[in-house]
Amino acid sequence: MTAPLLQADKLTVRFGGLTAVNNVSFSVQEGEIFTLIGPNGAGKTTTFNLISGLYRPTSGSIVFRGETISAMPPHRIAGKGIARTFQNIELFEHATVLQNLLIGRHTQRSTSLWQELLFTPATRRAELAFRAEVEKVVDFLDLQHYRDSLVAALPYGVRKVVELGRALCMQPKLLLLDEPSSGLNAEETDDMAFWIEDIRTDLGITVIMVEHDMSLVNRVSDRVLALNYGEVLATGKSSEVQSDPAVIEAYLGGVAA
Amino acid sequence: MRFIFKTDYDQDIRLIKHRGAAFWYAVLGILLLAAPALLSEYFLSQLVFILIYSIVGLGLMLLAGFTGQVSIGHAAFLAVGAYTEAYLQSKGWPFAASLAAAAILSAATGVLVGLPALRTKGMYLAIATLAFGFIIEEVVVRAEGITGGNSGKQVGRIEVAGVLIDSEARFYYLTLILTVGVTLLVLNLMRSPTGRAFVAVRDSEISAQSMGIHLARYKTIAFALSAAIAGIGGAIYAHKLRFLSPEQFTFLQSIELLMMVVIGGLGFVHGAFFGAAFWVVTQQLIVLAKDYLPESIAQQSGLQPTVFGVILIAFVLFEPMGLYGRWLKVRTYLELFPFYRRGMFKRQKSYMKSERLK
Repeated sequence: MTAPLLQADKLTVRFGGLTAVNNVSFSVQEGEIFTLIGPNGAGKTTTFNLISGLYRPTSGSIVFRGETISAMPPHRIAGKGIARTFQNIELFEHATVLQNLLIGRHTQRSTSLWQELLFTPATRRAELAFRAEVEKVVDFLDLQHYRDSLVAALPYGVRKVVELGRALCMQPKLLLLDEPSSGLNAEETDDMAFWIEDIRTDLGITVIMVEHDMSLVNRVSDRVLALNYGEVLATGKSSEVQSDPAVIEAYLGGVAA
Repeated sequence: MRFIFKTDYDQDIRLIKHRGAAFWYAVLGILLLAAPALLSEYFLSQLVFILIYSIVGLGLMLLAGFTGQVSIGHAAFLAVGAYTEAYLQSKGWPFAASLAAAAILSAATGVLVGLPALRTKGMYLAIATLAFGFIIEEVVVRAEGITGGNSGKQVGRIEVAGVLIDSEARFYYLTLILTVGVTLLVLNLMRSPTGRAFVAVRDSEISAQSMGIHLARYKTIAFALSAAIAGIGGAIYAHKLRFLSPEQFTFLQSIELLMMVVIGGLGFVHGAFFGAAFWVVTQQLIVLAKDYLPESIAQQSGLQPTVFGVILIAFVLFEPMGLYGRWLKVRTYLELFPFYRRGMFKRQKSYMKSERLK
């Protein structure tokens, strides 16, 4: 077995007296779709924020491709090849879809401030190269129609796709999807499932996602991790985790004695 | 209605997107070049003020409109630029060198003011910049050796490449060149990664970080550039006024600058120009109107701020995208005539009214 792409080791984070994530360990293999499930407040998004560097773990560590990232600031973690989306969509509202996607290329920026102020030929070449990469994502996600639309004016379902596209523009090694299907209708969820599978198989990107829609989870995940009150309940194949007594208890309550 | 058939990505990068725009900018360019022949000295002088305010407004637009860091201390950067220019010129520095020094020193001050921006946001940042504005005002009054303090400082004429700028027309052309130069720099920046990073910081800091944008660095760059541009504006302003005194760079001036960009259209390069033009024209109109107003109102010292205050409120309420937003609507109306529908811009959301600007 090769070394995992991402290894979380005994992650714990406390906010004052509240332990949001407690002693959570897991590892994600390259090419895997790994899903975090759990009731509200279980610590799923907190775990995401720990991986992407928005929170610092109180103890424990995260190793990504052999490098400890748990002490790095978020922008450096992004530079290492970890992209993410947000539960409540965090797009750049007053910019066009194209601009949003181009911001996704930021980690590849090669031009200096002076070159940009003068818009030298090198800057123009870099911009055209960025655009060519962005267009691949536009084609992949069928966003052609929305290129010049302002994000603020787009319907929710499209924004969700734009946010996914922006993350893909980073050409990440690891993609964190925070509830990719929330707020989407059945058809859009179906599209999302296809895309997530394609992201793994065609683009070769490892995916960790937080998801509540169990049919989507069953369909795409290789392995599932169930959390409750910040602690790991079970890990394994989707069907195994769902039949685990501890998981059933967390979702449905205990069996009356 | 114009449909642009795009066959090349470069078409989205170009500054002038289509022939129509090229035509109108050419007309504008010719009119600006011919202005000294067309306008009387007085109106030309007002046009120079519009250009100078446009430069300073562009600087503020970069910071407040594009990066979302509201500053109500921008007159301080204007002051740093103006006094640096005045002082260095009196020491015999050539204009190019003193102008560069004014920009660099302003940029350095901008970095300093940007420091609290790394920790505070919105209203609190605005207060920090306000405090800074007062500090600079005080420094200007006290540093009599450099600034002349309250008794003021004379500023000499400019000499560029052996040409003495001794007429209003020459001064106008010099200002025009600077304005065009600064505008091009800002436009270039806004179509490059740094400009997009500014917008990202403005719209969502949390996701900007996750896109690999170093917040502290880009906020600092925004403050530095904004201040440098204001400093350039300040340097030329010093020569325009020919006499500097601390009361030209007060808190009120900072507020006026901010009002200018908000009325012009926060978040648009055009907004800086619209705002500056509106400001100067309205100021003149108020002066003219005073002749027709009853003595008791015309003699009130607060007349001008009151009028501008009311205008500002009206814009925030009814046209948050400012004059530029209004212009976009008029243009769409003309382009689509007679098919324009009411409510076409219903779904517009402006940065001005978003919750991010709290």
